[in-house]
Amino acid sequence: MSPDTEIVRADHCVVALAEAFRGDGEIFASPMGNVPMAAGRLARATFEPGLLLTDGIATAVQGVLPLGAGVGANGTVPEGWMPFRKVFDTLWWGRRHVIMGASQIDRFGNQNLSCIGPWEKPKAMLLGMRGAPGNTVNHTTSYWIPNHSPRVFVREVDVVSGVGYDRAAALGEVARFHEIRRVVTNLGVLDFETADHTMRLRSVHPGVTVGEVVDATGFDLAVPESVPVTRDPTAEEIGLLRTQIDPDGLCGREV
Amino acid sequence: MSDKVVSVEDAVATLEDGMTVGIGGWGSRRKPMAFVRAILRTPVKDLTVVSWGGPDLGILCAAGRVRRAVYAFATLDSIPLEPHFRRAREAAAVEATEWDEGMFYAGLLAASLRLPFFPTRAGLGSDVLRINPDLRTVASPYTGEELVAVPALEVDVAFVHVHRADPAGNGAVLGVDPYFDDLWCKAARHAFVSTERIVATDHLLDEGTTRNLTIDRTMVTGVVEAPHGAHFTECEPDYGRDESFQRLYAASAKDPDLWAEFAGTYLDVEDEAAYQEAVARGSA
Repeated sequence: MSPDTEIVRADHCVVALAEAFRGDGEIFASPMGNVPMAAGRLARATFEPGLLLTDGIATAVQGVLPLGAGVGANGTVPEGWMPFRKVFDTLWWGRRHVIMGASQIDRFGNQNLSCIGPWEKPKAMLLGMRGAPGNTVNHTTSYWIPNHSPRVFVREVDVVSGVGYDRAAALGEVARFHEIRRVVTNLGVLDFETADHTMRLRSVHPGVTVGEVVDATGFDLAVPESVPVTRDPTAEEIGLLRTQIDPDGLCGREV
Repeated sequence: MSDKVVSVEDAVATLEDGMTVGIGGWGSRRKPMAFVRAILRTPVKDLTVVSWGGPDLGILCAAGRVRRAVYAFATLDSIPLEPHFRRAREAAAVEATEWDEGMFYAGLLAASLRLPFFPTRAGLGSDVLRINPDLRTVASPYTGEELVAVPALEVDVAFVHVHRADPAGNGAVLGVDPYFDDLWCKAARHAFVSTERIVATDHLLDEGTTRNLTIDRTMVTGVVEAPHGAHFTECEPDYGRDESFQRLYAASAKDPDLWAEFAGTYLDVEDEAAYQEAVARGSA
């Protein structure tokens, strides 16, 4: 295969993140960062055409927008307006699925974006709460974690920014919109489809063993007897990624 | 119609030690930086700064003017973490109130609608409630659901920066995102608007439509003409972010000598014009 069509790890990550949007229909998809953004655009260009996606600023865009490009590139046209005020209105309305990062995440999906160490005097100040508390109790959330390691997948997060399943359950009815659908990493795909909503290994990317994922996870991961391999991108998907969505190969540099 | 044009120095002279200041814009986008720089030319201190934080918060922290930061994040956008704010937090040099970013919207809505609080799900189940023990929840009288009661984000003075304004304080935002600048103005006892250019009222629509006029004069105490007043943050479509200057600013967080040098060159200057000249010299 030529380097252009050779499938690399980043492609499996993008496809796995795109799969997180499957079935969402006409909702506002908010993938944060290049790899999730490529995934949203890929999902919309193939099996999930109803997704509403922006240029990463405040314009909803119809067509296939390349990463890093502005509205108009590749024949794209504006189809809507999504300033921050409308982002909050939409996220409280609930028709949204966000893909965020996580500096730490535990087995119930509690996520920390805020800081490492005690909140009162952090060892490392990170992003702060951002929108994680509101996102996670209002609509579907997935996570993209490019560095699957025990430092990220921890027994207990230092600060809970995004709400996990145990805390959502404790809230009861008021947390009925909570859903953490997927956690996609450089090693595989995780979900919470277990009886007690603890994290489960859903698939490993080609070339990764189950043992590697378990070793890179700092808590007991639910591992089914047979763990599938993350599906390959189709030829159409690879074509879209190479020629339209990520012609500069930005995703490959991040995985 | 009243003429509310004042100097940037007059506007910040309304500040007193210990006041609460709301700052418009978002991250490193259309921040009222001319006001922030003018604050540094006053002796005012112990401010509570409320902001969807960018270099506004970072500079005020680095200059030691902040007693309490009220924020959900502090970012330079192209540089994900605001480095001066990061230093201040890691040294516990400022008191901190960290909320979910949507809670700011709820708090500004409450303040601007003269309500004591605004209910929201944002914050439930997260550590927002642990790290902010003063936050209260409220039960819906209809369903019994327990929601976060975000207190009204009332501020003493708000500063925002817009593209065009008339002398009475009607403001046109020409960029794609108006952010929450109108709400900051309404949440404040006094609101000051800086603008790239003061224009006559009959020229407010030269580059936009009535939909761009998100600030109206009932919200505004004073108007300041400040060309490049959002520098080095972006103010599209008038200008983009000055990335190389922002990198210089960010690098100055690495040690106190670099900050002293940066502040000496760009901030400890006579006025806003001298700042703009220093920037022009630096990039020449």
